[in-house]
Amino acid sequence: MLLQSTSLSFAYPGQPSLSFPDFSLSGGEAVLLLGNSGSGKTTFLNLLAGLLSPGHGQVILDGTVLSALQGHRLDLFRGQHIGIVFQKPHLIAALTVKQNLELAQFLSKKKRGSPADLLQDLGIAGKASAAVGTLSEGEAQRVSIARALINTPKLILADEPTSSLDDEHAQRVITLLKGEAAKIGAALVIVTHDQRVKSEVSQVLELKSA
Amino acid sequence: MNLLTLSWKYLSFRPLATGLNVILLAFGLAIITVLLLVQHQFEQKMTRDAAGIDLVVGAKGSPLQLILSSVYHIDFPTGNIKMEEAQRISRSRLVKQVIPLAMGDNVQGLRILGTNHDYLDLYAVKFAAGKAWEKPFEVTLGSESAQILGLKLGDTFSGSHGISVGSHDHDQHAFRVTGILAPSGKVVDRLVLTSIESVWYTHDEAGGAEPDTTTQGEEVSIVEEEGTLEEGIDPHLLPVAARGFPISDQEREVTTLLIRYRNPMAAIQLPRMINSGTSMQAASPAFEMSRLFELLGVGISLLKGLALALVVIAGLSIFIALYNSLKERKYDLAILRTLGASRAQLVALVFLEGISLTILGAIFGIAFGHGFLALIVEFTSQEVVSLVDPWIFLPEEGLIFGYALAVGIIASLIPAWSAYQTSIAKQLTKT
Repeated sequence: MLLQSTSLSFAYPGQPSLSFPDFSLSGGEAVLLLGNSGSGKTTFLNLLAGLLSPGHGQVILDGTVLSALQGHRLDLFRGQHIGIVFQKPHLIAALTVKQNLELAQFLSKKKRGSPADLLQDLGIAGKASAAVGTLSEGEAQRVSIARALINTPKLILADEPTSSLDDEHAQRVITLLKGEAAKIGAALVIVTHDQRVKSEVSQVLELKSA
Repeated sequence: MNLLTLSWKYLSFRPLATGLNVILLAFGLAIITVLLLVQHQFEQKMTRDAAGIDLVVGAKGSPLQLILSSVYHIDFPTGNIKMEEAQRISRSRLVKQVIPLAMGDNVQGLRILGTNHDYLDLYAVKFAAGKAWEKPFEVTLGSESAQILGLKLGDTFSGSHGISVGSHDHDQHAFRVTGILAPSGKVVDRLVLTSIESVWYTHDEAGGAEPDTTTQGEEVSIVEEEGTLEEGIDPHLLPVAARGFPISDQEREVTTLLIRYRNPMAAIQLPRMINSGTSMQAASPAFEMSRLFELLGVGISLLKGLALALVVIAGLSIFIALYNSLKERKYDLAILRTLGASRAQLVALVFLEGISLTILGAIFGIAFGHGFLALIVEFTSQEVVSLVDPWIFLPEEGLIFGYALAVGIIASLIPAWSAYQTSIAKQLTKT
């Protein structure tokens, strides 16, 4: 198993504790994370990414226990092995498309992928030197996917990646995510309540409201 | 891609705010640069030019004016003194050396100074060409004077009456260049040196025909001679005194005397003796200059205060700019963390931005300061100002980088702390 979570729970200060079902995922597999608002989807995603540390339980990615890593080692591990796609692209506006990808390479201290090739794959090679502000929503989301993929991560986490896109772009983004994850053998976790996505991924993990 | 590039991209992404902050800081630092340069160069020049001169004796008037005119050659002389009286002082036991000076003419605004060879020794001059004057109307040019006048050895020129440009010319007697000095950075660079006799004879010849130039106001101090040469004597053939006073059977005048004391006792007795016992006055360069700097000190403190205020305001403005842009960029910071950046790297990013801003400010500030000074020197005819060389770089200017660095670090402290505190998960869920 590439990704494994066991008896995870997390409590925000002054709120009842949220517990999450155990689950595991192999490389190349994809899972949809569904649930109502407040069921803790984003919290779960943050725990998987090591952005929050669990009150109880642990997340193991490729043999590494995330909660055992501290400080910069956790940051570096995340940068090297986990790619995150957010609801909004959130690119660094001061940089060009290519520089955004190079920044991800610099911060993770890895030089694995080639930004140019990846942009080619995602069909936005022509935008490499474009300022981020000039991209359309769909293009920007593809660049943010490229940024998540540039370090060939073991785990790709996507938080509502299609919610602000039209049908055509949503379709492309999902196809891209699935295709690229399969290509590099990464586990893919998508949080969504977008019906268009549900039909694309068969494996589903449903979170119950507390 | 690295942190420095990233911080630079962030800065250049907001060119207006960045430019404003850099310019604000640069102006403050430019004022400090100008003050440093002017103060340093004036003090250095003033002390160097007055070295070896303990006392200046001249006609009664303002003691500061006496010093400025006879030591630094930037003000008008207070008048002339009788040579007989001057010689009496030189015979005093308290006096080690007397250098007589005679002023009254200029060539293109450069002063023609009649003196003896002791004056050359006083400033330890070196000759770039030729040698010192030996006959009347032979002159030695200071290095800058030679450059301004464009004269070579053997060239001739005629002086104008008075100390500043625009008076009538003495064209009966042409001066001939027999020596040119090497640059020394001292006051002799901008002088035209000759014998006292030359100054006398110039005015003798003009004597009767000359209109009363004192009506022009500023020329109170010209060596106006009663004596005239006897008919038929060619002044070019007369000897000149290389040391001491020139010899004359007529009643002659000189403008001032530069005196060196024989012993410390002289500092107490001689000035009092001259000021109360003769019609002349004595003034000490050291004393008068420290009085002048004291007077200027108020203005300098005021400017320093202004510069400090500007630097502080620039610091505040940089702080606000960093803080605001950081608030807008909290999300960016969270993204950087998810991409693998450590807290320390975010802190470094903030400091890099603050410090790049202030270092730019320091570079521009020093450039502005020198450029501004160069403009002033270029466009002012005031001789005092032209003493300043705007392209000298002082080690103290390193201090300006120090100030700038301090401002950058202080302005970045709070923003850096807030960057350190940024919680990624909280930022990212706050959509």
